[in-house]
Amino acid sequence: MINVALPKGRLGEKVYAMFEAAGYECPSIKENNRKLIFENPEAGVRYFWVKPSDVSIYVERGAADVGVAGKDILLEYEPDVYELLDLNLGKCRMAVAAKKDFRDRGDRTLKVATKFPNIAGRYYASIGRDIDIIKLNGSIEIAPILGLSDVIVDIVETGTTLKENDLEVKATVIPISARFIVNKSSFRFKTAEIERMTEKMKEQVKFND
Amino acid sequence: MGEALLKNEERALFALRQLYRAYGYQPYKMSKFEEYDLYLRNKDFLVSDRIIAFTDTNGRLMALKPDVTLSIIKNTEDSSSEKRKVYYNENVYRVSPRTGHYKEILQTGLECIGSIDLYDLYETVLLAAKSLAAISEDFVLDISHLGILNAILESIGGDSAWKRGVTECIASKNRHDLKKLCEGLPADQTERLCSLIGIYGDGATVLPQLEALCEGETAKAALEELRALNGLLQGSPLASRIRFDFSIVNHMSYYNGIVFRGFLAGISEGVLSGGRYDKLLRRMGKEGGAVGFALYLDLLEELSSNRSDFDVDALVLYSDSTPIEELTEVVDRLTAAGECVSVQKTIPQKLRYRRLVELGKGAEQ
Repeated sequence: MINVALPKGRLGEKVYAMFEAAGYECPSIKENNRKLIFENPEAGVRYFWVKPSDVSIYVERGAADVGVAGKDILLEYEPDVYELLDLNLGKCRMAVAAKKDFRDRGDRTLKVATKFPNIAGRYYASIGRDIDIIKLNGSIEIAPILGLSDVIVDIVETGTTLKENDLEVKATVIPISARFIVNKSSFRFKTAEIERMTEKMKEQVKFND
Repeated sequence: MGEALLKNEERALFALRQLYRAYGYQPYKMSKFEEYDLYLRNKDFLVSDRIIAFTDTNGRLMALKPDVTLSIIKNTEDSSSEKRKVYYNENVYRVSPRTGHYKEILQTGLECIGSIDLYDLYETVLLAAKSLAAISEDFVLDISHLGILNAILESIGGDSAWKRGVTECIASKNRHDLKKLCEGLPADQTERLCSLIGIYGDGATVLPQLEALCEGETAKAALEELRALNGLLQGSPLASRIRFDFSIVNHMSYYNGIVFRGFLAGISEGVLSGGRYDKLLRRMGKEGGAVGFALYLDLLEELSSNRSDFDVDALVLYSDSTPIEELTEVVDRLTAAGECVSVQKTIPQKLRYRRLVELGKGAEQ
């Protein structure tokens, strides 16, 4: 039996569809009820929905053998897990955005608002820019508008929110997509099952191009 | 009762001490403190570079030790002809990567320092496997050889940041990002790095696969060493638990040669980590070689132990009017019969007991 942590939300539904197509279906998951855990012993799989940013915690600590998490989460929290596949789903990018007329002249500390202080910190360290990180938990776009920060480092999917608020992307930090992750201990004790699942999911990835 | 009273880590500590003594390892006892400078100079060797430091009465900057190996090497006489074999049980103080706070970790392990040869590698790996087996029969010991990865990286060239990126990808079995890092390289070199990620299994499966990857003298010598080691280990009943996995990449500026990691079913991370670290000795100005491993005993708490549903077998309840002789006589009788007893005047709210013995009322329920 493989325990799978799925990220709640639209991405999670697409991910489940992939598992289903790969032969790991679990009909009870589609029933509209308040159950938290869904099991299909015949397919050898048990699913549960968790907050997307928590998936890597469940997998790292072995409560789930495998899971699907965004690369943004993996880069930010650096969990000690295997990252076996890029699912090519939930594609977006981590980007630096600011007001359209903003220009970084580099003559003073740059104020950066973000939900991802680790990623932002590493990015600016790599280009040798001195910054002041302002950690926010949501509505990042409002920070440069109110003058709380000069720029933001955040996930950009279509860029619509930015455009509507007179902001624009100034640089791409890194492309993001959903990754299939595996607990390091589970990999050793459920090797054959996990390798089979990885192979089958890999076949499905082709359809996400 | 008896052994059942011991916690997993206590039982392990006892079994491991016996095991290491049987192979002639001497106990090594060290102070809780060490000069901060030792760790500063070798901070990449440590799991985390955050160390609890304080100023000693003489003004010297000291640290609560985050590691045992560095101290053992520092205090071991340099010898290229002899071997020194020691084992230890020590608490170390490190920042837990999971919580970001300092943690006291009970570590046991052994080091073999001096003129290392194939036998010592075999003995260390065998003892690592036996250590895991002493705790639980459901274990896996994975072995890698840094010589192979190193040789492939050397043949490609590239700067240290690129090499670090590649090593991280290999450590997390991340083929897709590795491919991106290798863009622009000849296809056969990319393929060689990528196939290293997929290699996992016992010697019979893995060693022939490695053949194609190992070009050049260093890589071939590394493969030969793995093959010889695998041959020797086949003689052990634990051989089926030993596998090869190249995602194990301990810090390459300290470790060279074989590295290994041990896992127990039911524990979500590796409990044993070790390898050959001649490079660390060089950095500390010593000749000779070294190989060793450490076991993180605090993780054994995660293993389920047979927890009893009751705190005590009998709750003996007495009152002010109970003759004390009667009380002592009942307690003596019960404990002599092997029961675990709690003597109380009132029933404690949270105590779970198998049966109640109420004195002074003449009846045992």
